[in-house]
Amino acid sequence: MIVKGKTFKYGDNVDTDVIIPARHLNTSDPKELAKYCMEDIDKDFAQKVAEGDVIVGGKNFGCGSSREHAPIAIKASGVSCVIAKSFARIFYRNAFNIGLPIMECEEAVEGINEDDQVEIDFTTGEIHNLTKGETYQSQPFPQFIQKIIHAGGLVPYVQNELRNQ
Amino acid sequence: MGMTMTQKILADHCGKEAVQAGEFVEIDLDMVLGNDITTPVAIKEFVKMGAKKVFNSEKVAVVLDHFTPNKDIKSAEQCKTCRTFSDEQDIKHFYDVGEMGIEHALLPEKGIVVAGDTVIGADSHTCTYGALGAFSTGVGSTDMAAGMARGKAWIKVPPAIKVELSGNPNKFVSGKDVILHLIGKIGVDGALYQSLEFTGEGVKALSMDDRFTVSNMAIEAGAKNGIFPVDDKTIAYMSGRTDKQWKIFEADQDAVYDRTIQIDLNVLKPTVAFPHLPENTRTVDEAGDIAIDQVVIGSCTNGRIDDMRVAAEVLKGRKVNKRVRTIIIPATQEIYLQCIREGLAEIFIEAGAIVSTPTCGPCLGGHMGILASGEKAVTTTNRNFVGRMGHSESEIYLASPAVAAASAVTGRITNPQKL
Repeated sequence: MIVKGKTFKYGDNVDTDVIIPARHLNTSDPKELAKYCMEDIDKDFAQKVAEGDVIVGGKNFGCGSSREHAPIAIKASGVSCVIAKSFARIFYRNAFNIGLPIMECEEAVEGINEDDQVEIDFTTGEIHNLTKGETYQSQPFPQFIQKIIHAGGLVPYVQNELRNQ
Repeated sequence: MGMTMTQKILADHCGKEAVQAGEFVEIDLDMVLGNDITTPVAIKEFVKMGAKKVFNSEKVAVVLDHFTPNKDIKSAEQCKTCRTFSDEQDIKHFYDVGEMGIEHALLPEKGIVVAGDTVIGADSHTCTYGALGAFSTGVGSTDMAAGMARGKAWIKVPPAIKVELSGNPNKFVSGKDVILHLIGKIGVDGALYQSLEFTGEGVKALSMDDRFTVSNMAIEAGAKNGIFPVDDKTIAYMSGRTDKQWKIFEADQDAVYDRTIQIDLNVLKPTVAFPHLPENTRTVDEAGDIAIDQVVIGSCTNGRIDDMRVAAEVLKGRKVNKRVRTIIIPATQEIYLQCIREGLAEIFIEAGAIVSTPTCGPCLGGHMGILASGEKAVTTTNRNFVGRMGHSESEIYLASPAVAAASAVTGRITNPQKL
């Protein structure tokens, strides 16, 4: 699968409180959450983002709360992938579990600038920077994670397990 | 190869003789937890999974603590969803207003979690129960749903950092200072994907409430869990609270750690984390002259009886500064009642503070103490991210109850040892 879009670039430790501030957690409706995505570090994000766009962060992306509302808000904004140097562990789980593609790739984070056009091939793990003509290779996911991705997320994975019981 | 304490609990719960760091395992769960914000999402996913009944109605806990008492109509609807589900599923550990407390203070207090348990909770501070010698970690709502459906969770076995504590803390130095000091040292991703395993003779100098505070903020260093060995204090705490059988696990002598960090409690000073990350720590004496608008003493980090007692000790016979709104939130009904019986509530109110019913409210900028632009707060909570407690231009300084109480009195960040 290949996705393509422009990039939004942020620094290290992008936390779940800025991804989706708790004042909006009185709902779990993805469309409603998307309206406020990234509001506290990039107040026009919801207006600027288009289907397929990519978020690029530094280290420890998604640190803080366990709120699944954070990856849900990002996904519902139309973002096709988040690339970071590293992810906070709960965000990492949540992203796979809800089916938001994420990639760990330091080289890509160093190379990509705000508003670059990138194309990502999930099968090969290659990230092409179309603006700069560069290609970065991301780390493959552990086999167990691939099993969940292959099932289509944790919900279908558990569906299968329950059926087999 | 020897195993860490965490690895031993995980091995025991996946039916293996041994597990190794980096290995993926599916563990059996002793408790699955959610709150009023994360449970509604989990219920939706639970239904999508095709699950009909929770795997064990005694091993699921639902605590309505974040936006309660219901702060608005949408929050009320979320609580209603949790209530209906808990009734239908006959959830034994369902806690609503009147019985509820902040989940991570409530579960240990009620004996719902004990040593040797495996716990996942759709709340990042679920790591708190490491203080009891349990493996517990925060997950998202879909993991909670899967846990409710199957009683299992997938876990990547973590490597560990050994934190060796020695000595005795000075007056007004507490568990909060230990964990803030550690996070300052290793950073907010210093323990990413790892366990923090606390050991050493200094452990015995920490009360259970101190240990809960330390384990609670393990996530603030990125850790999967933060765990303490079980000793006489742990057993005394659990005794009389629970009918559950606890099980004591110990790290092997030859357990392998990624690194070892030593903390001498004797030299630790009251510590403050400056905006906007818990790793931005300074000792209170290095804080400089910072005028504040609000103080919050409470939360899953510091809303326990030890915290209330130390705050009362500082505030007794004093008045809080007229410009500082001082909000004190005992974490559970039992702690609230203890505050009344011990005369602490009276001390707080006479000092000019307010005493609130248990709620997570202000910690995450929900309600009961939101900050305006430009305002500064000293709080005993766990996160000082941008906008966490209100306006994106407000500032949060994390500290212990003693520092927060002293700062409420002077209106500036203050060392309680020098008040």
